Amino acid sequence: MGKQHRPIDTDLDLALPKTPTGIDGLDELTFGGLPTGRPTLMCGSAGCGKTLFGMTFLVNGARRFGEAGVFMSFEERAHDLSVNVASLGYDIDALVADGKLVIDHVHIERAEIELSGEYDLEGVFVRLNHAIDSVGAKRVVLDTIEALFGGLEDSAILRAELRRLFAWLKDKGVTAIITGERGDGQLTRYGIEEYVSDCVLLLDNRVIDQVTTRRLRVVKYRGSAHGTNEYPFLIDEEGISVLPITSAGLAHPISREAISSGVQGLDAMLGINGFFRGSSVLLSGLAGTGKSTFATAFVDAACRRGERCLFFAFEESPEQIMRNMSSVGINMQTHVDSGLLQFEAARPSLYGFEMHLARMNRDIERFDPSVVVVDPISAFRGPSAEIHATLIRLADICKSKGITAMFTSLSTANEQMNEGERSVSSLMDTWISLSDIEANGERNRVLYLLKSRGMNHSKQLREYRLTSHGVDMVDAYVGPEGVLTGTARVAQEAREREAGVVRQQAIDRRRRELARKRAAIEREVAERMSALEAEESEVAMMLEEDEARERTFIDERVRMTQLRGDGT
Amino acid sequence: MDHDSAPPANPPRYKLRLFITGSTPRSTAAIQNMRRICAEHLQGDYDLEVIDVYQHPDATRDYQIVATPTLVKVLPEPLRKIIGDLSDSERVLAGLNLAQEP
Repeated sequence: MGKQHRPIDTDLDLALPKTPTGIDGLDELTFGGLPTGRPTLMCGSAGCGKTLFGMTFLVNGARRFGEAGVFMSFEERAHDLSVNVASLGYDIDALVADGKLVIDHVHIERAEIELSGEYDLEGVFVRLNHAIDSVGAKRVVLDTIEALFGGLEDSAILRAELRRLFAWLKDKGVTAIITGERGDGQLTRYGIEEYVSDCVLLLDNRVIDQVTTRRLRVVKYRGSAHGTNEYPFLIDEEGISVLPITSAGLAHPISREAISSGVQGLDAMLGINGFFRGSSVLLSGLAGTGKSTFATAFVDAACRRGERCLFFAFEESPEQIMRNMSSVGINMQTHVDSGLLQFEAARPSLYGFEMHLARMNRDIERFDPSVVVVDPISAFRGPSAEIHATLIRLADICKSKGITAMFTSLSTANEQMNEGERSVSSLMDTWISLSDIEANGERNRVLYLLKSRGMNHSKQLREYRLTSHGVDMVDAYVGPEGVLTGTARVAQEAREREAGVVRQQAIDRRRRELARKRAAIEREVAERMSALEAEESEVAMMLEEDEARERTFIDERVRMTQLRGDGT
Repeated sequence: MDHDSAPPANPPRYKLRLFITGSTPRSTAAIQNMRRICAEHLQGDYDLEVIDVYQHPDATRDYQIVATPTLVKVLPEPLRKIIGDLSDSERVLAGLNLAQEP
């Protein structure tokens, strides 16, 4: 489904007077309501809520806009009608008694009718005219006039008469809704869209993956701009709400104000000491990482500031959340009691996304919160395109109203990002990822900021603990082996200390060894010196002996020469 | 469907209402056709009232009138409505349970 950024010229619509339906959303997407004084065709298959739309149009007219109405029913009896809409809180009988509403049941029993010759529908005209004049009605609903085709056979006369009837309604100046059953290949079974062409609304009831979603589309609106998409709508005990989504532009008012996340350490990690007001925050994490705890801490902080918070719970009942959060020291009950906090809980499978969205939109409109929490968006299962469209619209609704929204999302361990996260990540201003690191037989929780637009945020992995007084951020140990958490961090610190001692010991040992070596070398040097000295002294002795012997020899020779000399 | 409705001693008295719209040609034709059929087939044993819906709009609700002209056979039961200007006598007689045996 494409988003529309078409600028809409509202001046164009001033020319065409419109009658508000009082139905949330429908008046927005038609820029004021249905064309005043003209008939509008509303078609859809059985069970689409055509009758309810018609009745709501009349009841709102009578109650809120001071316009009386006529409901001409060709199917349901007056009594059945009032019983059926009583569940919406409409007291039809009271309105009838007050002269603000006329219900006329036109009963056609095929079995008791015989056709003989030409006829006209003056009977219907007279009845309608009489009913309109009796209360001065400005609004008329014909539900479902095509039933006439069943009773009177599809003839040229009938068609001509219907054409005349719609023209007559226009002349009468009443704003009319004519309902029609959806037909094959055409809008209505008998093709009466040919005669009612000022405004055509199409209701649809589609089942995708066993989930039913009601949608409304303005097929045509002569002389007026209108939203052209299919809009989901909702029928529940509070009436009908249509969810206009074309307004999802990007012209959100921007705030520079920071609001606390409710967790001190986290505020510090975000560069501006919190989130920007009106921003969207995604909190993704594995099971048991404390997503809901972070979300409630955020809500708690907002309530303490006196801001209104709306908490959409899709997994746990409000009581369960409150009980669980009291274990981390967050008391939600006081905020609920003071009226600042409202829980809206529903099973995700209860309705389709569109219905959830429509419901959430209505709750947001009614409660007017400044903080919204959706816990979790991953609870929505279904076609990814649907999830995407739904979440985008939800985020846009919040942004356009300046609501700070926090979405939690359950990630799975093997998958980096789940469908919901992938589809909304681009819409999110801040994305906090919670995970747990398993090591040494324990799990420790760490948090990091995947992104946070417009602020110089921390890029660190931080460990946190869920304690009895809330979320406690711990300074993470960053060492040569990465970020350490829990006992591993403690162990590493001990190891570091131990290693220091060991190093000191090693140094001492080396020092001692060195000293020993030096001593050994010195000893060796001394030994060698003494050996040398011994050798030297030996050599000296030998030399002395040699000299002595030489001396003796010479002495001998002298003596011998002396002896021989006598003889010459 | 009742075939042999009432005993011959006490023939059924027809209670008929003809709804018309003022003096339009179709209304006039319906009245004329009705008078003729009554004269030919009911031998005066009937009670016909012509109601102008413009004068009595409430009556349209009471008798569930949608189209005009409409002839309503109130009695004998069952209730029948014959829509049109009653130009097709056979259909009218069928609606009045007066269809002639062939």
